[in-house]
Amino acid sequence: MSFPWAKQYQPTTEIGKFFDKQLPLPRFVYGALGAGYPTPKNLNYFYNFGVLAGVALVIQIITGVVLGMHYAANTTVAFDSVEHIMRDVNGGWMLRYMHAVGASFFFGVVYVHIFRGLYYGSYKPPREVLWMLGLVIFLLMMATAFMGYVLVWGQMSFWGATVITGLFSAIPVVGSYIQTLLLGGFSPDNATLNRFFSLHYLLPFVIFGVIILHVWALHIPGSNNPTGIAVKTEADTVPFHPYYTAKDFFGLGVYLTLFAAVVFFAPNALGEVDNYIPANPLSTPAHIVPEWYFWPFYAILRAFTVDFFFIPAKLMGVLAMFAAILLLFFLPWLDTSPVRSNSYRPLNRILFWVFVVVALVLGVAGGKPAEEPWVRLSQVFTAYYFAHFLIIIPLVSRFEKTKPLPRSISEAVLAKYGNSAPGVAAQPAE
Amino acid sequence: MATETRPLDAQLPVEGERRRDFLYVATASVAAVGAGAVVWPLINQMNPSADVLALASIDLDLSAVQPGQAVKVSWRGKPVFARHLTPEEIASANKVDVASLRDPQSLADRTKPGNAQWLITLGVCTHLGCVPLGAGEGEVRGDFGGYFCPCHGSHYDTAARVRKGPAPKNLEVPAYVFKTPTSVTIG
Amino acid sequence: MSLVRLGALGVGSFFCVAVLWGAVQPRDAVVPDPVKALYKHPHAIEWVHNGAGNLGITGTFDRKQLQRGFQVYKEVCSACHSINRVAFRDLADLGFTAPEIKAIAASYEVPSIDDKTGEPATRKGTPADKFPLVYPNEIAARAAQNGALPPDLSLIVKAREGGTNYIHSLINGYADAPASWTVPDGLYYNPYFKSLNIAMPPPLAADDQITYVDGTKSTREQYAKDIAVFLTWTAEPKLEARKETGLAAVIFLLIMTGLGYLSYKKVWADVKRKSA
Repeated sequence: MSFPWAKQYQPTTEIGKFFDKQLPLPRFVYGALGAGYPTPKNLNYFYNFGVLAGVALVIQIITGVVLGMHYAANTTVAFDSVEHIMRDVNGGWMLRYMHAVGASFFFGVVYVHIFRGLYYGSYKPPREVLWMLGLVIFLLMMATAFMGYVLVWGQMSFWGATVITGLFSAIPVVGSYIQTLLLGGFSPDNATLNRFFSLHYLLPFVIFGVIILHVWALHIPGSNNPTGIAVKTEADTVPFHPYYTAKDFFGLGVYLTLFAAVVFFAPNALGEVDNYIPANPLSTPAHIVPEWYFWPFYAILRAFTVDFFFIPAKLMGVLAMFAAILLLFFLPWLDTSPVRSNSYRPLNRILFWVFVVVALVLGVAGGKPAEEPWVRLSQVFTAYYFAHFLIIIPLVSRFEKTKPLPRSISEAVLAKYGNSAPGVAAQPAE
Repeated sequence: MATETRPLDAQLPVEGERRRDFLYVATASVAAVGAGAVVWPLINQMNPSADVLALASIDLDLSAVQPGQAVKVSWRGKPVFARHLTPEEIASANKVDVASLRDPQSLADRTKPGNAQWLITLGVCTHLGCVPLGAGEGEVRGDFGGYFCPCHGSHYDTAARVRKGPAPKNLEVPAYVFKTPTSVTIG
Repeated sequence: MSLVRLGALGVGSFFCVAVLWGAVQPRDAVVPDPVKALYKHPHAIEWVHNGAGNLGITGTFDRKQLQRGFQVYKEVCSACHSINRVAFRDLADLGFTAPEIKAIAASYEVPSIDDKTGEPATRKGTPADKFPLVYPNEIAARAAQNGALPPDLSLIVKAREGGTNYIHSLINGYADAPASWTVPDGLYYNPYFKSLNIAMPPPLAADDQITYVDGTKSTREQYAKDIAVFLTWTAEPKLEARKETGLAAVIFLLIMTGLGYLSYKKVWADVKRKSA
């Protein structure tokens, strides 16, 4: 683990030595987030988003635990207890808005984190397990966010629960039994609300555990970097502390400022007005949409409008939606190019930006009612989504002519500052 | 520790180093203040909410309570005893030498002038918070004819003053006012 | 590992063909939705007293306007609509004094239990009570309202697209239906209502329907504004505190971020110097 030049933790006080012998937690932190973790010195601001995602999770857990002190998971009073938090609990409105807006920010940060990984090839060897653990976190987040949204027990909560559990009814033969099992009844009711509360409270801690694995897996090969080339010498790295702790602190400040701006000045901008109407099992809102971070997948789900031979359209949509996420697990083996960073892959870089646009359009389409032109648009873009990962990427990596790589990170950094050109034989900076 | 990191820092001009230190200390201090400001709402949310504070007063009708009887009502989630003292109970309470008591208070201190026959106290033992017996019909009233707490054996007299047992204080008298001779607002 | 890519090719083609098969199907002719053609979006109103109001950084409510809005609610809306999430004690935010709040609360009957018989009864409200429901339940409401359900108004501003503007536009938005549109018996045409047919009769039909205690000119436009702002407050009673806290938080965070940036630059100064 780590590089031979990594600084070793040296306890200086007697207490420090005592604990280092019996529970070397400071040594662990020093090696993970302190001066003992050599980090490539050319990381850009996109590399802040991993730490930001961790902070976002901590904000969710803290505000969530506190909200749990006032929330009541019972269909007769759940909505009232949320309004009780908003109106009567000291500062409750702030805690609840932080939790609701925090979920959106968490997803926003994680999406940037994922796309950063896609651009710089962070999923490629030797970081496949790291990438897959990240996807596990993403899946857990989706489940947690969905169940949390149901807890409010507004109209969108109720009908969201109905629609999403309804996905499972598409499974042949056993589908409707699975839906009944998930709901604990034939429609979302008290049993559903209680189990969702229980799991919504549990899963963030599971996520926290997987994050520890994710960070562990990160520290085996060390961080990737914008050049995608491996760290070779000590000159390529700086200690995580103070260099990246300082940079992350600055990034955190920017993040928290934006977060506060939304929490305090536009807390409902990302929400749905229908969720301020208490759940009514006898009346469906005109337009059911999930929260914005599910829109691309919702668009894929709805894009399948006709039966495909013997497979019903509904099942196709469900299969495609799950496949859209699960295929990312295979990405390290679909993209066989030995070059990681798109900075040196001219063709793949264009395809990356095309994919960004496709994902954004799918996102917009997923938030719209199922009308033209959005249906046809999401069909074409859904096709591209699958083609991109499953057909185009494997082909591109076989035929693409990549640009020459710099010999080392230091050389790339020097080139950036105009002292040398990439690929030119330059002495490693020392 | 400081001596170990010295060689690195020593290459820097002393002036710049000092400015650096100040900047780092300032940044860390502001961050610490921010963390403190965040902790406060997280703690304050546990204080009673506005609806709980608003339920702080109740009205009680005493017209049906005969001398020698008591009623038990709930106020802020705790029992309140309102007891209609008989002349004998008043006399026995007034006979006691106040200075000899653990928590020295006279009956007059614990009732409203003109309504000395109404003894209104919290029904919460000052020892560990059990509800004493004696307010209900037929309950034991302890060695001194007032209240008796079965949890750890505290005895209260007819002015609800502790006379025996582990309780440190007399039963607490809540704030209340008589609106009419038989109707009282507690809280 | 080439098996993975072969499988991917298969799966990818499968989904692509399936979804594109749907894309090339002919679409049914789109029937123009007559509701969409006639529906009107609420227009923005100026309702702020000082600051920039609902969208501003430091906007505050006009207490007099809130009190007028409460008067409109009490004299008109409350015949059918409850504001059951609001407690009488909350009226302190509107600038009412404690005795005034006590008097307002006492003018309402709230459900209670007769302490002698145990039968359901009512008593005078206290500041701790919430505004009582107009109808005990939905069935009673629909029975009394010819099948319609007057919604509780506590959260209505947050529960409708357009919020404050929606209430204002809707209240005075009643109009004669165009020839192309038939309004069922017992309903009224209102282009700001989602289905265009609203069961609520025009609530504020004429100027001078209400005599404002503060002497403000009594017009329908004024009623609509005042009730819209009052209902904005019932939906978000902590709005002012939120903005106040927010301003302080953002300023603080900007300072912290600025210091963080300077520290970051200082920390990196020697690395950058070596590289450049």
